Amino acid sequence: MSEISQEKPVYNYKVVRQFTIMTIVWGIVGMSLGAFIAAQLFAPVLNFDLPWLTFSRLRPLHTNSVIFAFGGCALFATSYYVVQRTSQVRLFSDKLAAFTFWGWQAVIVSAIITLPLGLTTSKEYAELEWPIDILIALVWLAYCINFFGTMIIRRVSHIYVANWFFGAFILTVLILHIGNSMAIPVSFGKSYSLYAGAVDAMMQWWYGHNAVGFFLTAGFLGMMYYFVPKQAGRPVYSYRLSIVHFWALISLYIWAGPHHLHYTALPDWTQSLGMVMSIILFVPSWGGMINGIMTLSGAWHKLRTDPVLRFLVVSLTFYGMSTFEGPMMAIKTVNALSHYTDWTIGHVHSGALGWVAMISIGSVYHLIPILFGQRAMYSVRLINVHFWLATIGVVLYIVAMWFSGVLQGLMWRAVNADGTLTYSFVESLEASKPFYVVRFIGGCFVVVGMLVMAYNTWKTVRAPKGSIAADAATQPA
Amino acid sequence: MSMFWTIWISVITLGTIIGCYFLLRWCLTNFTDVKEGESMGHTFDGIEELNNPLPKWWTILFYVTIVFGFIYLILYPGLGSYQGLWGWKSSNQNIQSLAESEQARLDAAQEGMYVEYDVALQKAAQRFDPIFEAFAKTPVEELANNPDAVKIGRRLFLQNCSQCHGSDARGQNGGFPNLTDNDWLYGGSGAKITETLINGRQAAMPAWLNAMGEQGIDEVVAYVLSLSGRQVNQDLAAKGETRFAVCSACHGADGKGNQILGAPNLTDNIWLYGGSKRAVTETLNYGRNGVMPAFKDTLGEDKIHVVAAYVYSLSNQPQ
Repeated sequence: MSEISQEKPVYNYKVVRQFTIMTIVWGIVGMSLGAFIAAQLFAPVLNFDLPWLTFSRLRPLHTNSVIFAFGGCALFATSYYVVQRTSQVRLFSDKLAAFTFWGWQAVIVSAIITLPLGLTTSKEYAELEWPIDILIALVWLAYCINFFGTMIIRRVSHIYVANWFFGAFILTVLILHIGNSMAIPVSFGKSYSLYAGAVDAMMQWWYGHNAVGFFLTAGFLGMMYYFVPKQAGRPVYSYRLSIVHFWALISLYIWAGPHHLHYTALPDWTQSLGMVMSIILFVPSWGGMINGIMTLSGAWHKLRTDPVLRFLVVSLTFYGMSTFEGPMMAIKTVNALSHYTDWTIGHVHSGALGWVAMISIGSVYHLIPILFGQRAMYSVRLINVHFWLATIGVVLYIVAMWFSGVLQGLMWRAVNADGTLTYSFVESLEASKPFYVVRFIGGCFVVVGMLVMAYNTWKTVRAPKGSIAADAATQPA
Repeated sequence: MSMFWTIWISVITLGTIIGCYFLLRWCLTNFTDVKEGESMGHTFDGIEELNNPLPKWWTILFYVTIVFGFIYLILYPGLGSYQGLWGWKSSNQNIQSLAESEQARLDAAQEGMYVEYDVALQKAAQRFDPIFEAFAKTPVEELANNPDAVKIGRRLFLQNCSQCHGSDARGQNGGFPNLTDNDWLYGGSGAKITETLINGRQAAMPAWLNAMGEQGIDEVVAYVLSLSGRQVNQDLAAKGETRFAVCSACHGADGKGNQILGAPNLTDNIWLYGGSKRAVTETLNYGRNGVMPAFKDTLGEDKIHVVAAYVYSLSNQPQ
């Protein structure tokens, strides 16, 4: 041990508790919206001819609420928890922490109001209009100050690897959000982007892909670096691997955006750079997966009894799978088949449901008993039920989208002997319909799992402090 | 792109990749003061870190992708304005017309560039043009009896024409003619259909409200409807007949239209913009502008020939 602190600091758990509970609430909201719009794709009648319920308005609400509401709250909760525990110090400022909580909830509620009303910048994952963007920037700045402030006043000499990732995520998201959201307002609910044409597209995907790279990857790797070794009770596999994959990951991710714009008006050189960097990025991505999974060396037997650890490890395998799939899809020739098809949707969800949601769920199950003064969750059996619901749901979802996506890609490029297209667009939609039903069923599994989690959390939080016995914490798969 | 930007892009690109290489080399050596496989000695909330070496297969994979990146950036455009050894580009940019496109293609060939879009077009032309060239030798009327040609023509129609004329070619209200009823605005011979497809058509029905006034319009509407055998006020229609003289300049004294001008036949109860009293009144009040786009540059004459055969076959069942 490099330093031993004499007195045990009193951590700010209030803000962690708040964000943890809202993670579950927004998870249910966002994923239910996802299941609902998935049903609209094979039963369009479900928009009830109301503009507020159309796919075009609810889809951005779904993405915003799962990424920024569910994922965002999970990141706030875990980063505030981890930075305090691994720095052995209370948060830099309780007031800023409270501001980030209430500010972030205000952002989410504004999204829930404005997006169904059709107020949108039409930039993917950055749809919220300029007044909300300003609030996001302020909240994020407060988050930055609070997180780095806590790191600066830490009472241990080294900075733990989880905090490197959290720090990179927080700082880069601030730059990305401000850079891409620059706009000229024309009224309270309408603005125009500062950028035009191909430059606007490039800015959008510089932001968009790094929303994936920093928000949905670096941040959750921070989560992984604390909760996996903690839950497994094992040391992190390789310190040197964490150095090389951290620096390579953050320096390469920022280049990957152009692979969203292959075969467009973007200049050839930009497309090439995006593709090359995406391919190299594959290796540092796997570095994180290896470091997480190898941390289980000597603790594999725990997987048989601990469903929380099962969530964490399965999330890492999905992370490995989607970070292999991503660079492959960034190769131009593969992209020519996959782009604009459901394959992309499947890829995103193997990352979002498999990696992001599962690592968050595992971390939240680890956190709740600690935050609410219990030795374990109310029912470990229900965690196990949730694990299987989530896993089956994700597998149904991504397999359905693989089939549908590859089918669409092949149908769109099929030509007759005379050079005319074999299929019309609507025929490819008809072919996808059965897979849309399977995808919806997969989504329902995920939502039901979240409801089980909510029930389990409710019972844990409501139980008298310390009344749940720890020895119940094993559950065979 | 100026030299400054090319250097800027090259430096940060290569710097990032080479930086990754040296980072990897550095972490392959044990720079810590701890033996391999042992704990680093610092503990965070009970978590220790081991000083394990990087997995060998993973290290090799890293090298492979770095080498791939370098080779790709040597062969393809990537480093600013450097074009790459293979002279590849996706397409000729900043093209405004077919003539410019052709010029850009020739220029690129001169420079020894491999323009992917041009190459794809050329390959398609080599493979598919002979099929259409063969069909072009047969007159449209005869080709309409060739089931293969009609099938191909129908597919082209579905992709290029059905947006306005409908996938059953029965047209739709609002100026999109039914192509299956043997009623022709500009003529239904093979040559005329081909002409319509190649150059497009521009039809103009003038607005008459100012010239005739509401009363005058009512009278002409009554007369026009009576031509198709509709029940109308006879007094109004009689007055309308005298006013019809101005209309007859295009639609003919008998109202049977004029295919040279594309003026519709008004006596057959077939209506481009609706045949209700209200719709005909609106046509007369405000006029109409019908546009059929030219497909010369989109499809080329040989494909148009096959589409024309399909359209011809719709009104002329094969013997």
